[in-house]
Amino acid sequence: MTRIFISKDMASVALGADQVADAFRQADCEVVRTGSRGLFTIEPLVEVETSSGRVAYGPVGPEDVAKVLDGSHPNCIGRIEEHPFFSGQQRFTFARCGVIDPLSISDYAENGGWKGLEAAYALSPQQVVDAVKASGLRGRGGAGFPTGIKWQTVLDTEADEKFIVCNADEGDSGTFADRMLMEGDPFHLIEGMAIAGHAVGARHGYIYIRSEYTFAVKTMREAIARSAGKIAPFTLEVRVGAGSYVCGEETSLLESIEGKRGEVRAKPPLPAIEGLWGQPTVINNVLSLSAVPFILSEGPQAYADVGFGRSRGTMPIQIAGNVKNGGLYEIGFGVTLGELVSQIGGGTASGRPVRAVQVGGPLGAYFPPSMFHLPFDYEAFAEAGGLIGHAGITVFDDTVDMAKMARFAMEFCAAESCGKCTPCRIGSTRGTELIDRIVAKAPRTADMLETLPQMRNARTIARTHDEEIELLRDLCDTMKHGSLCALGGFTPYPVLSALDHFPEDFGSTPALTEAAE
Amino acid sequence: MPQRGRKEKSAMTDIAAIQTLIDGAVHRDARGALLPLLHELQEEFGYIDPAAVPLIASALNLSRAEVHGVISFYPELRTEAPARHVIKLCRAESCQARGGAAIEAAMAQHLGVAMGHARKDGQVALEPVYCLGLCAIGPNALVDGRPVARIDGEAVTRISAEVEA
Repeated sequence: MTRIFISKDMASVALGADQVADAFRQADCEVVRTGSRGLFTIEPLVEVETSSGRVAYGPVGPEDVAKVLDGSHPNCIGRIEEHPFFSGQQRFTFARCGVIDPLSISDYAENGGWKGLEAAYALSPQQVVDAVKASGLRGRGGAGFPTGIKWQTVLDTEADEKFIVCNADEGDSGTFADRMLMEGDPFHLIEGMAIAGHAVGARHGYIYIRSEYTFAVKTMREAIARSAGKIAPFTLEVRVGAGSYVCGEETSLLESIEGKRGEVRAKPPLPAIEGLWGQPTVINNVLSLSAVPFILSEGPQAYADVGFGRSRGTMPIQIAGNVKNGGLYEIGFGVTLGELVSQIGGGTASGRPVRAVQVGGPLGAYFPPSMFHLPFDYEAFAEAGGLIGHAGITVFDDTVDMAKMARFAMEFCAAESCGKCTPCRIGSTRGTELIDRIVAKAPRTADMLETLPQMRNARTIARTHDEEIELLRDLCDTMKHGSLCALGGFTPYPVLSALDHFPEDFGSTPALTEAAE
Repeated sequence: MPQRGRKEKSAMTDIAAIQTLIDGAVHRDARGALLPLLHELQEEFGYIDPAAVPLIASALNLSRAEVHGVISFYPELRTEAPARHVIKLCRAESCQARGGAAIEAAMAQHLGVAMGHARKDGQVALEPVYCLGLCAIGPNALVDGRPVARIDGEAVTRISAEVEA
C-alpha cells in the first residue's frame, strides 16, 4: 500500500487538506497526517513515499489522486528539501515539523526526539542552565531577554514550589510559528519544558494557548497524555485563553492561569521570583523552550555558532500578508529584510510593488523598502526604531493607506487594553480620535467651555495640522514611557514609524516632517 | 469554538445541569479553576447563563463580582445564546494586507448584519477575530469553528448561502 503524507495543520485544512486526504484514502492509500512543511503556496501538499524517498506534489486537489499516484501531475516538486524555499533554511527547531506524525511518540524518538532531555538528565540543574546561557539563546517571544539568565534566577530562588509556564498565546498578526510547532511537533515543546523543569527544579508546567488555536489545543492535550510517562515526575497541563490579546503579556498571562481577569502586574517583582501563585516561575515562549532540546543534544556551541552579533542561533521567521511565497522560514539571524521579502517571499501576491512591511506583529514598526538592508538582529531593529518581536513579517503592497494602519494600531490597543494603566487605556482612544482629525484635516477647535470669558488662558484658535501631528508624537511618547506593559508601550512603534516613513499619507509633505524632527 | 449540544430546555433543568458541571470542577480541585469552568459551561450550553454566576461564586469561594469581572473581561465568553451560525472574520493586519476590509464589507452586506452583531432572526452572527494564525493565506475566517482561507467574493457568496441553510 502506498504511503502518503498530508498535513493536518490548521492552514492546510483551511486550504482543503482534509478532502485531499479522504480522496487518497478512498484510493486505498495509507495516509499519514503530518504537520505542515511551512510553505503555503504549495498546500495542500502531498508527499508520496517511494523507494528513492518522498516525492512531493502541490498544490493538489481531491481530483488529482490518479495523476499524483502515477507521477504525471504537473505540480510535482520532487524532494521537498531541494525546493528553493527549503534548501536555504537551517531547521534546528522545525526539523521534524511536516516530516513525522505529530502524535506518534515512536516517530518522535526515531527522529532524534528525547535526546536533549536525556542529555539534561545526565547533567546537574546548574550545568543545564550553564548550557542554555552558553548558547546565547534569547527569549523568542519578543523581548529578547537571555533565557539562561531567567532560568538562573528561578534556580537560585528558594521555594517549595516552582513552575514552568509556556506562553503559547500567539496573538500577533503575521505570526504562526508557535501554532505550527504545537500542531506539527508537540513532543518537542514538551521535551523543552521538561528540560526547563529539571534545570530549575519545577515539577509542574502550564501551556497557555489562545482559544483561537483549537487544533493546537487538541494536539497538545493528546501529546501530553501520551508522553506523561516519559517526562514524569514532571507534569504538564494546557490552559486555554479566551480571546484576550493582552494575555500574551507574561504577567497578565499568569493572572489568567490563576483564573482572574488578564490584567497586567507591575514589575518588579519579576515572575522569576514571584510568578504564578507567588512562586518562582520560568515563563518562556514556545520557540524559546523548543530551542532548548537542540542546545542540550548538540551542545551550546553548535547553536551559538549560527547567528549575527548578539543574536545567536536560528529564528523561525514567518513571512505573511500580501506575499507570494508566504510561510515559515527558519534561518540564522543576520539575513536581511530584503532577502526575506523579495527573494524568499517573492514579492507581493498581488504583483504590485511592496510599499511597507510590518515586523513583529501589531506592536511592530512599519518599514519602507528603503530599509530592506536591515539585518534580522535584535539590536539592528531596535536601532532602526522597530523590533523583531515574534519574527512575523507582514507585507503590504502600494494600495495600503499608512494613516489607516496607524489608526488601526491605536484602535487595536483600545480594544485590547486591559485597562489597568491610563496611558494605554485612554491614550489609545485619544490617539484614534487624533489620527481621525489629522486625516480629515479637521484640527481641534476650542469647545464651549474654552470660549467662556472666565477661561482666560484657554486657547481659542484651532490647532494647525503640524500641531496636531506634534500632539500625536507627544501622546506616543507618553504611551511609550508611561505604560505598564508592551501593549501600550509598543503601540507607538507602528504609529510613529508610519508617521516617519509615510508622512504623505497623513497629509504632510515629507520635507515638513523632516524639519519638525 | 464549536458549539456542541446547544440545548433548549427549561430553565430549571439548566440550573441543575450547570450545578453538576460546577460540582465537577470543584471535585477536580485544580488551582485557577474559574476560567476552565467557564469554558466548560460555554461549550456545554453555548453561553454562560448569568444565573450561574452566584453558583460559581459560592462553589469556588469567590465573590460574584470576581466571577462577573472575569466573564466580562474575556471577549470569547458570552452571556447570551449565540446565533445559530457564527462567522468569525479576521480583522488583523495580515488579512487587511490581502484585502480583508473589502471582504468584511461584502460579508456584512451579504448576511445583512453589521460586524460585531448577530442578525435579529438569530440565524447568523458576524464577529471580529484578531488573527487565526493563517496569515499567509488570508483573508481568513472561522465558520462555525471550521477554518476557511483565501476568502474572495465567490467564497463570501458560498459561505453566506451555507449559513442560511
